[in-house]
Amino acid sequence: MSVARHWRETPGRYNLVGTRCGSCGKVYFPRRSLCPECRRASLGKMESYKLKDEGTVFTYSVIHEAPIENSILKPYAVAMVMTGDGVLITAQLVDVDIDKIHIGMPVRAVLRKIGEDGREGIVNYGYKFTPKS
Amino acid sequence: MREVAIIGAGVTKFGELWDASFRDLGIEAGLKAMYDANLTGSEVDGMYIGNMSSGRFISQHHVGALIADYTGMASRNLPAVRVEAAGASGGVAFREAVMAVASGMHDVVIVGGAEKMTDVTDDASNSVMDSANDQQWEATIGATFASLNAMIARRCMHEGIATREEIASMSVNDHAHGALNPDAQFRKAISLDTVLRSGMVADPLTMFDCAPISDGAAAVVLCPMDIAKRYTDRPVRVLASAQASDSLALFQRKEITSFSATVAAANKAYSMAKITPSEIAVAEVHDHFTIEGILALQDLGFFAKGEAGKAVMGGQATIGGKIAVNTSGGLKARGHPVGATGVAQIVEITKQLRGDADKRQVANARYGLAHSVGGTGSTVVVNIMEAV
Repeated sequence: MSVARHWRETPGRYNLVGTRCGSCGKVYFPRRSLCPECRRASLGKMESYKLKDEGTVFTYSVIHEAPIENSILKPYAVAMVMTGDGVLITAQLVDVDIDKIHIGMPVRAVLRKIGEDGREGIVNYGYKFTPKS
Repeated sequence: MREVAIIGAGVTKFGELWDASFRDLGIEAGLKAMYDANLTGSEVDGMYIGNMSSGRFISQHHVGALIADYTGMASRNLPAVRVEAAGASGGVAFREAVMAVASGMHDVVIVGGAEKMTDVTDDASNSVMDSANDQQWEATIGATFASLNAMIARRCMHEGIATREEIASMSVNDHAHGALNPDAQFRKAISLDTVLRSGMVADPLTMFDCAPISDGAAAVVLCPMDIAKRYTDRPVRVLASAQASDSLALFQRKEITSFSATVAAANKAYSMAKITPSEIAVAEVHDHFTIEGILALQDLGFFAKGEAGKAVMGGQATIGGKIAVNTSGGLKARGHPVGATGVAQIVEITKQLRGDADKRQVANARYGLAHSVGGTGSTVVVNIMEAV
């Protein structure tokens, strides 16, 4: 991913910043410039909103066949996490015993390395989730 | 709007076709469909091609012009349109062509679908497939296409909608039918145990829950029903063609144990066709992953939520069952050359409604349905056809 493409999304990737519609109050992640519910009524009213960094596992999978860039991680877990704001977000689950992951498991967001663009490219960071101790 | 007829259908063999190029495949399917419709080619006045990613699979964009050129249509300056909607590319291309004929803008239109996936590595191919989902917020963080479907499967198992075995039985159903289709990539019946014991891809889904990487092409020819008899004694009527969208990312859905775009497209299609789901005798459903097939059978109204898995496992989706599902072998056994799949479904339904499906023929089928999906339920097309 190019530097600029990653940089544009760092508020979301680093700090789980999405948007809240000032018209209906609905929260979105990633950020949107238009509320799909209010559409025109939401223009100019979309505000930055930081998601709660704790939630529970809504569903999950352990990945055994992965892209080359993630092969060192295999097997690794991904989950859809329901955050405290009622927003679902897909992320990796790390620092976890993959045999103990279960639906409903409490988790919290951490900042981790997501990947790198080859030997000379930038290192990308972003959110992953870990069991809440 | 004019009534639209399918007057010709053709498909290549699907599989790892090392000796065939993208253009070879497109030409073969197109010519088969034209021969089937008894056309010389000079009758055709429009062309649509479903293709997901020739740009990444063969580094060639502009495949509308390419196929028009190599099928001899460019010398006649025929308009050719390439249509992309990930896995639904073929289904959407078909619908665009139906609208072109129904509107009166075109009279005889050929719809092709083609994908050449094996000229790149499996890893590169999987990366293209992952881009059907939200590249920035799903693929980039490490969620593969299979893992998104695995998370749907996990949630369905958790909510009691289907058991692991019931989900796996979709693959058994596909393979049983694929064994009867000479054009299928895999022509071998398998057991439930084969699915459950094969290599894990994304827990709980194994390799046999996932459609393969394939090369292939398919094509059909459309014209207004009132002139169809000029070309064939056995036209098939297009009763309905409906399309719906949903969020690109799976995590943005209100629920993930049903694809609301399938429900919306199906409702629209049944209403256009003025029939009910129970009247459909044969259906081709988009099961890139087994769980998708189970959801489709529920969302299309063939079985109640929580009943599709039991029905498939109980043999109700086989030829001779309550509804014959994926008589071609489905995405799992027939193969899934992405852009070709939606058109290949129409070819299969056409063969079934004309009584040309040989060993896999469904007796006295009057209505057939094709269901095409892009991404994890982000684009859905439902087409309903009737025997004439």
